[in-house]
Amino acid sequence: MIQSAAPAELNRTSPLREAYLEGYRWMLLARLLDDKLASLYRGGKIHGGVFLGRGQEALSVAIGLALKRGDVFAPLVRDLAGRLAFGETVLDVVRTFMGSVLGPMRGRDGNVHRGRPREGMLPMISHLGAMTAVVNGMLLARRMKGEHGTVGVSCVGDGATSTGSFHEALNQAAIERLPLVLVVANNRYAYSTPNPRQFACRDLVDRAVGYGVTGHSLDGTDLAECLRVMAEAVRLAREGGGPQLVVAHLLRLCGHGEHDDAGYIEARVKESALGRDCLRVAEERILAESWVERAAVEAWQAERAQLVEEAVAKVQREPGPDPFEEDWLTLATGHLAEGDSSNQSS
Amino acid sequence: MSVTYLEAIREAQARALRQDPRVFIYGQDVGVFGGAFKATKNLAREFPGRVIDAPISEDAIVGLAVGAAIEGMRPVVEIQFADFSSVGFNQIVNQAATLYWRTQVPCPITIRLPSGGTSGSGPFHSQSLESVYSHYPGLVVMTPATVEDAYGMLLEAIAIDDPVIFCEHKLLYYHLKAEQLPTEALPAGRARIARAGRDLTIVAYSAMVHESLAAAEELVSEGYQVEVVDLRSVKPLDTDTVMASVARTGRLLCVGESWPWGGVSAEVIARVASEGYDLLDAPPQRLNAKDTPVPFHPHLWAAHRPTARSVTNAARKLLRS
Repeated sequence: MIQSAAPAELNRTSPLREAYLEGYRWMLLARLLDDKLASLYRGGKIHGGVFLGRGQEALSVAIGLALKRGDVFAPLVRDLAGRLAFGETVLDVVRTFMGSVLGPMRGRDGNVHRGRPREGMLPMISHLGAMTAVVNGMLLARRMKGEHGTVGVSCVGDGATSTGSFHEALNQAAIERLPLVLVVANNRYAYSTPNPRQFACRDLVDRAVGYGVTGHSLDGTDLAECLRVMAEAVRLAREGGGPQLVVAHLLRLCGHGEHDDAGYIEARVKESALGRDCLRVAEERILAESWVERAAVEAWQAERAQLVEEAVAKVQREPGPDPFEEDWLTLATGHLAEGDSSNQSS
Repeated sequence: MSVTYLEAIREAQARALRQDPRVFIYGQDVGVFGGAFKATKNLAREFPGRVIDAPISEDAIVGLAVGAAIEGMRPVVEIQFADFSSVGFNQIVNQAATLYWRTQVPCPITIRLPSGGTSGSGPFHSQSLESVYSHYPGLVVMTPATVEDAYGMLLEAIAIDDPVIFCEHKLLYYHLKAEQLPTEALPAGRARIARAGRDLTIVAYSAMVHESLAAAEELVSEGYQVEVVDLRSVKPLDTDTVMASVARTGRLLCVGESWPWGGVSAEVIARVASEGYDLLDAPPQRLNAKDTPVPFHPHLWAAHRPTARSVTNAARKLLRS
């Protein structure tokens, strides 16, 4: 191996360094895991859809890092980085995508529809705007139980802001002055629908005034800004400042799902500052600031790639759900369940 | 001293609030005002901070209840009129009803739906939606017909670890009275023989039990002994009690206030036809509301829903067949 010239002296004194490096490492893991999931999908190893967070990792990880254990997190489809930083395991991710019966959803639900509600991680239903009111309920319940100091983050995209449930839930949180942080990842397209066909206000953050909540904007391609703004929004909510609306500006660097080639995203948008890859921006800054050597970054990449490969290899050997082992019951109260008794085909 | 169906609902909520610190009530105008029908009268004062006024946001109301349930609470939601639950439908059928199946975390919420027609209320304050909610897996659907069941079943609904759609009939609120509140109750999922008979089984629930009982009384003078089965809960459906009754009478008429296409009465007939065909001496019949929105004018309204008179006519025709 060729040794490079003597490394420049590392800059370890920046107050941003530690948080930035931690964020970057989670982003890296999320990107490598996403890439692996995409490749498994193309290889026909994953049933159903695959939805990636490419381009949204900086925002997402900043959410995960701003939260503490015991907080509530209702992520959206592109929040793999934030989920991992909040505490979701790589195994939970891979098991749900690959339909392992050992995963948290046991093959009953798949891909991004995963979570552990009792651990504060809500499994989204597809009607994403509906998750915010559920977060409100968890926060109100905690207040009623006398538990204070926790925060709930609910994540939606620009598309969900057009739904009635978004309006109802944000208004509800404002009335109850709940410690809710509602993050809108405005990635410019809701599936294929561009912003001008979704809303007519100048900027979604302007809506904060109308709801009586505090609004924040951030550049989702800049990890430092994401970390700073999310930490501030979460701090304000935690300290009793009521709901916070955070609007992040970014671009989805992939299709809505891996079935979608995203041909509708205009070239000029891709080439704009919005189209920068937040992971590459972060990596360049780390090296430019001399926070670590390139070799360290490469080692992180290799370690995380290995972690992903090991998880996939393990899950590939795990069983899927067995229809003959399923109880086919929907109720927790077993004796009230009708089961399949009225269905002659059973 | 007597107690009405509505007072029983209020008393059940008061008792639940008193006995279980996890219980709270959330809905429009339920606080100091005491609810549109006064089903929560004085409860806000008696239980400060636990009877909470909500904005007009049915989606967020039910969603909040689901979140609270995840945190171990037992919310009771009052939807002001059953008709307005359509606005919270997504949270009910997709969020609440799927939570346990998806995550193994129970969702013990009770959604009270003031249901059914009253004269002059029109298309949007009169609906009976038990059939719609019964169609979805993951929900228990209760349809109490008596003061005793209004009380006992609401307490049971709050105690059950699953989402319960509690269809309370507005027409029964004020005029249905009992001497006192019951001390024991049949469990949900068990139907009740409201009147014993040998010639015909009428299966009904909620307000239709009373129309059917009146019809049965009317038919006594014609020499018929009509049995009336009160389903109490439509999901789960007590097929055994229905089947045993049909085995005694050989004839079946199902009466429901919801619309005719599909639904509870169709389900009862499907089950009896497929599992008890040989018990039947005549084709099973059903009587539902007409297949239009619920009309406003009392002349139209009285003809839209099954009444003692139309139940009597349908029963007589079936008895003579």
